Amino acid sequence: MPRTPRTSAKAKDRSSPIQLLTPEGEIVRDNKLPFDPLSADLPALYRDMVMTRRLDTEAIALQRQGELGLWPSLFGQEAAQVGAARALLPNDMVFPTYREHGVAWCRGLDPASLLGLFRGTTLGGWDPADANFNLYTLVIGAQTLHGVGYAMGIVRDLARDLLDTSKGGTGELPAVLVFLGDGALSEGETNEAFIWATTQSLPVVFFCQNNQWAISAPYSVQSTVPVAQRAAGFGLPGVRVDGNDVLACLAATRRALRKARTGGGPTLIEAFTYRRNAHTTADDASRYRESAEEKEWAGKDPIARLHAHLTATGAVEPAFFDEVEAEAKDFAEGLRSRCRALPEPDASLPFEHTYAEMTPELHRQLAHHRAHLASLQETAEHAGDRA
Amino acid sequence: MPTAKDFRLPDVGEGLTEADILQWTVSPGDTVEVNQIIVEIETAKAAVELPSPYAGIVSVLHAAEGDTLPVGAPLITIDVDEPTGGGEPLPVPETAEVAHPPEPPSGPRSAAGDEDGRTALLVGYGPRADGPARRRAARPAAPTVPATSSAPVGKAEAPSVPDAPRPSAKPPVRKLAKDLGVDLWAVVPTGPHGTVSREDVHRAAAPPAGPAVDVHPRNTASGSRGETRIPVRGVRKHMAAAMVLSAFTAPHVTEFVTVDISETMRLRELVRARREFAGIRISPMLFVAKALLHALRRTPELNSQWDEARQEIVLKHYVNLGIAAATDRGLVVPNIKDADLLSLSELGAAIAGLAKTAREGRTEPRDLTGGTVTLTNVGVFGVDTGTPILNPGEAAILAVGAVRRTPWVVQDQRGERIEPRWTTQLALSFDHRLADGQQGSRLLADIADMLREPGLAML
Repeated sequence: MPRTPRTSAKAKDRSSPIQLLTPEGEIVRDNKLPFDPLSADLPALYRDMVMTRRLDTEAIALQRQGELGLWPSLFGQEAAQVGAARALLPNDMVFPTYREHGVAWCRGLDPASLLGLFRGTTLGGWDPADANFNLYTLVIGAQTLHGVGYAMGIVRDLARDLLDTSKGGTGELPAVLVFLGDGALSEGETNEAFIWATTQSLPVVFFCQNNQWAISAPYSVQSTVPVAQRAAGFGLPGVRVDGNDVLACLAATRRALRKARTGGGPTLIEAFTYRRNAHTTADDASRYRESAEEKEWAGKDPIARLHAHLTATGAVEPAFFDEVEAEAKDFAEGLRSRCRALPEPDASLPFEHTYAEMTPELHRQLAHHRAHLASLQETAEHAGDRA
Repeated sequence: MPTAKDFRLPDVGEGLTEADILQWTVSPGDTVEVNQIIVEIETAKAAVELPSPYAGIVSVLHAAEGDTLPVGAPLITIDVDEPTGGGEPLPVPETAEVAHPPEPPSGPRSAAGDEDGRTALLVGYGPRADGPARRRAARPAAPTVPATSSAPVGKAEAPSVPDAPRPSAKPPVRKLAKDLGVDLWAVVPTGPHGTVSREDVHRAAAPPAGPAVDVHPRNTASGSRGETRIPVRGVRKHMAAAMVLSAFTAPHVTEFVTVDISETMRLRELVRARREFAGIRISPMLFVAKALLHALRRTPELNSQWDEARQEIVLKHYVNLGIAAATDRGLVVPNIKDADLLSLSELGAAIAGLAKTAREGRTEPRDLTGGTVTLTNVGVFGVDTGTPILNPGEAAILAVGAVRRTPWVVQDQRGERIEPRWTTQLALSFDHRLADGQQGSRLLADIADMLREPGLAML
């Protein structure tokens, strides 16, 4: 018989993040964010997080072996990404930063395609329309305006037909889920995006993973109040959840997306979490932060707490964990081979992809470029002859 | 049949050209798994562990610990058993081969898996094609290599430092340096935040004062025995910049006193015997530290900071006591926060902990910032005193010399005589902008008094 969840002691404190799954693995209730635990497939969420982490660790190893130029690790943010992504419907559109590997996984994107950008074989890697998952955006905060623009398009193209139920509409629009980090909050674009989304009541949800470090800049140098509290200044609701709690992230995103789909306007969700690795593989976090802080957050691991819950409640057979582990291992080996087999781009791609159709000038430039490459090839061969 | 696979040194940090081998965790003959950590390397950006791309048996380590390798050089060779190749690269479609962009002849190749005939990708972002060769030339020459006698002498001949961070300078200053043929690496920066200013460039460009430099060095005996060039990087680079900044911005005054610390040595024996001090190293320096903290209460002017930008003197109401520590990687000065609130045993434990952490190279960034006054023990090197240079941003630094048995004039009712006593020398440098001779002398005299007569600390 299911126990009645107790009310979280922390829930009484207004500023502390909403938590539905404690670090000890207990499901708790919070009146600020109603949630029915039966509405979530907990073993599937667990699997998503394990696979996401395995993807991340394998990519780091590939970078260390010279197969990737760079990798931004999501280690520690699995719950925030999986929770948010599993609240999406297929028609919803996602605008990621460059760290949303867990969201890409949940959207069904081929994980190997994430590696191309970091291997230097592509400037994109996938068709955003395939999984309704936009390309990674490296410019901090730029995707917030892209997402808002997309939401404006939804309203202009679809709102009249879809929202009017008397004329056969479903009453729901597709929604846009925009990801951003705490560093993006100091960018002008992000502030513009908040303003546009609010004043036009657009179907967009901003999901901010506050991992507390914008490369080496701590959150405290950006703001003296929590991210969620800043929403009020723009006139949109802000909600602060424990970003290492997959259920709180799922519940908050579901509620916000539902509101957006039915014309209720935007929401800013702050998932309070921690970037446990350095900013990227080219960064050394020990130069600017304490190892004690890293240890503290290791104790709040998002996967460990769901593991603890599944074990304590007997929701899965013990073999389940071994199966997921074995699947992750196979997945990593496949990813490794597929990374090395990523096709190398033809020199013509930048010319072909500039416009839908190549202009005569671009044809001329491409021919010139090919001739130049051929001359380099000759030089290389001559050098080889001499050697 | 086993195949020998080379793992070449990758660029692990976006544009690095070389790395130092810190530590191997495998030896020839060891069996390794894919992703097993095989070596720790240090680049200009970070110390990084490298995982093996192959499963097999280690056959060759191509570099020794302490060596510097250019990116793309073979690092390790692993014998791989491969019937069908589990973790091996999949065959690349023929079309990819045709479409392949030509590779620079000497360009570094993929870190792994370029022996199957296909031309591999660059390693990471990769340095320029001429990178490794040029860098290799700039690496420290062995002491046996004779100095080149034809080296041009002039403003552009200063050695470039391959891996140190680029000197900071505004674009117009960079342009000026380029126009004047001045190597920014060789300029001593005196601008704000350690940047190279326009004046610095002009100074570097000006011909050296004094007699003209002999452009044809004589082939003297010492010249023929060679030189060793050591790239300035890491802790030493940081220390050098801090010392230059301090020496050329803060007007230093150093005062000395020799003091009979026999009573302190007696107190030390008493303290040592007490249970609460069990396991804590009770050195004479601990009492010097305590005396310094005491004395600063009467002379807080020397626990302060000069704020040039705001033209203010910042008096600190807390003492973060820096302890200079010599480590394998150079001098570091971690500090003990709120040292003035600690008891003698807490202070002893803190000093020991700080020194140990520093020697192990594990000092946390926060321990290296926020110091307000520094203590340096030159006595451990067997010398009597020195003129210490201030840690930038601090008003005072105290050096303690060796503690020795010295003939000393002792005076009592029976008159004067010479006795062997425990003595040491103290040297206090202070920033003359923040304090004058009166305060500096009072601080030093107070410390000396307390060490001569520790009971005075009760006052």
